Amino acid sequence: MRLAEAFRVALDALRANRLRSLLTMLGVIIGVGAVVVLVAIGSGAKQEVEAQVEGLGSNIIFVLPGSVEFGSAPSISRLQLEDVEYLGRVIGNPEAVATTVSSGETVSVGSIEVFSTIAGTNENIPNVFTRPVARGEYLTSTDVDTRRRVAVLGSGVSDDLFGDIEPLGRQITIAGVRFRVIGVFEEVGSAFGVSRDGEIHIPVTTAQQLFGVDRIDALAVKAPTIDDVDPLRRELLDALAEKYPDEEFSAVTQSQILGTLGDILGLLTLVLAAIAAISLLVGGVGVSNIMLVSVRERTREIGLRKALGARRRDITVQFLIEAVLLTTVGGVIGMAIGIGVSLLADAFSPLPAVIAWWSPVLAFTVSVAVGVFFGVIPARRAGKLEPVEALRSE
Amino acid sequence: MTAPAIEAVDVTRVYSLGGAEVHALRGVSLRIEAGEYAAIVGPSGSGKSTLMHLLGLLDRPSSGVITVGGRDATSLSDSELAVLRNETIGFVFQSFQLLARTAAIDNVALPLLYRGVAKKERRERAAAALDAVGLGDRKGHKATQLSGGEQQRVAIARALVGEPQLLLADEPTGNLDTRTGGEVMETLERLNAERGVAVVLVTHDRDIAVRTGRQIYFRDGLIERDESKAVAAL
Repeated sequence: MRLAEAFRVALDALRANRLRSLLTMLGVIIGVGAVVVLVAIGSGAKQEVEAQVEGLGSNIIFVLPGSVEFGSAPSISRLQLEDVEYLGRVIGNPEAVATTVSSGETVSVGSIEVFSTIAGTNENIPNVFTRPVARGEYLTSTDVDTRRRVAVLGSGVSDDLFGDIEPLGRQITIAGVRFRVIGVFEEVGSAFGVSRDGEIHIPVTTAQQLFGVDRIDALAVKAPTIDDVDPLRRELLDALAEKYPDEEFSAVTQSQILGTLGDILGLLTLVLAAIAAISLLVGGVGVSNIMLVSVRERTREIGLRKALGARRRDITVQFLIEAVLLTTVGGVIGMAIGIGVSLLADAFSPLPAVIAWWSPVLAFTVSVAVGVFFGVIPARRAGKLEPVEALRSE
Repeated sequence: MTAPAIEAVDVTRVYSLGGAEVHALRGVSLRIEAGEYAAIVGPSGSGKSTLMHLLGLLDRPSSGVITVGGRDATSLSDSELAVLRNETIGFVFQSFQLLARTAAIDNVALPLLYRGVAKKERRERAAAALDAVGLGDRKGHKATQLSGGEQQRVAIARALVGEPQLLLADEPTGNLDTRTGGEVMETLERLNAERGVAVVLVTHDRDIAVRTGRQIYFRDGLIERDESKAVAAL
């Protein structure tokens, strides 16, 4: 019997038991759908985080005190404000070194009170990060040098404090001290799960006085081109090692952050996919089970077909095609539902979802393979039936 | 005279049922000539159904040889046996054995499917076979939409569509009333006469058996009596 004929016979058999075929497929539909959706959400999360890291700016090196590993507690900072100047001199470009010292403080305007991240920074932030100011100005070197009490508001915190009122030139109170608003950032979204639109930037000198510290949290240095990043990173570390021989510092590049985050999120996606794959496996067991029932039910039909000249192979192929058809059709439906749900989730929920081209292809291939794998046992059993025994069963 | 349609030489068949050995056939030799019309008669348990399964190549003898058209069938593999069965033997069963949800014409075409005949030719030959049994107007009917007599005639058409040398009919009228049973018998007799296909009936009904040219009486796994000239009994 030709394969196309076997295909038609199998299709007829499945059509004869529509409800059962559909229910059997359901396991595969759910499995494949779950794989596609979860991989889409995992990929979406990865892409979004990468976009956030890249959205910070380009060719940025973060200099932090201590040995930085993801997951380790930050050490007590030993970086000083003078290190900004020192490193600026070392690399020959003082304007490419930005700094920050932050603390969470209560900010109020009249009776409105919000809790905000206050970042003490220098005037070089716009040189290093992509952080456009929508209205007004950013901090200047004079603001930093003279410890002015001026502030640049993130778009979110600006909305919270002032609503529709123009904040430029108005007063805000940070930890009991009055500041004048000189600028408002453009909306930039979040990085690492923290909204950057809720930040308020004030001069680093003012911030140290306000927080009662003489340290800075971190430095950020911008390399002119991507090729300068690694040499510059080593240069920074060498300079700090020279100045602080007994201390340890880290310089982390954006691509290192991306690599680490990518690994973590890739693993997360894999775990999600593996969990979904379990349901696909369970669906496959369901197919095997139903096919075994079907073989038993149709023993007489198998006997008849054999009596009429069907060889063992003809019967085995027919039942194998039935199993593969079930999982393949289920796989296609599951794929369509998975893509649909992913697109809906992306559009109507905060979960970003990106359909990687390989995930439907993989899910489809796996569902076909599941059909072959779980169809073989029932199909072989069908093929092995003795015609006399099979015809006798009523 | 041409080669016999089928021949059994000293055939035995032993089943083991729960440890006990059941000797269904104890050494049977039988020769069915091409175009012959014969009946195997005997009470239930006499071994006649076992012999029919062996002659139909559905089962293998415990010892002895079965030859089809001069070819030793006992040495063939399962697949070769399936092909030989498909090409040389047609079956008519007591309970019709049609695919219930399948149209009459597709039921009839089934043996040709396994012979690898193209769909168009299958349908043409199946339609011709249905015409030959007087069911030309029932081609599209599903088996469940047909009467018992019609179903059995569809089964006869299916048995004939592959132009076999031998048609084996196991109690073909067993599930039918006397009148429709008679119609089925007439159909078989007409096809035997017109086409020269050998027909072997298996029945316990002597009234049916005596309609044939030769009655082979079975008892306890042996041929008791073979009322024809071509005697091959032990």
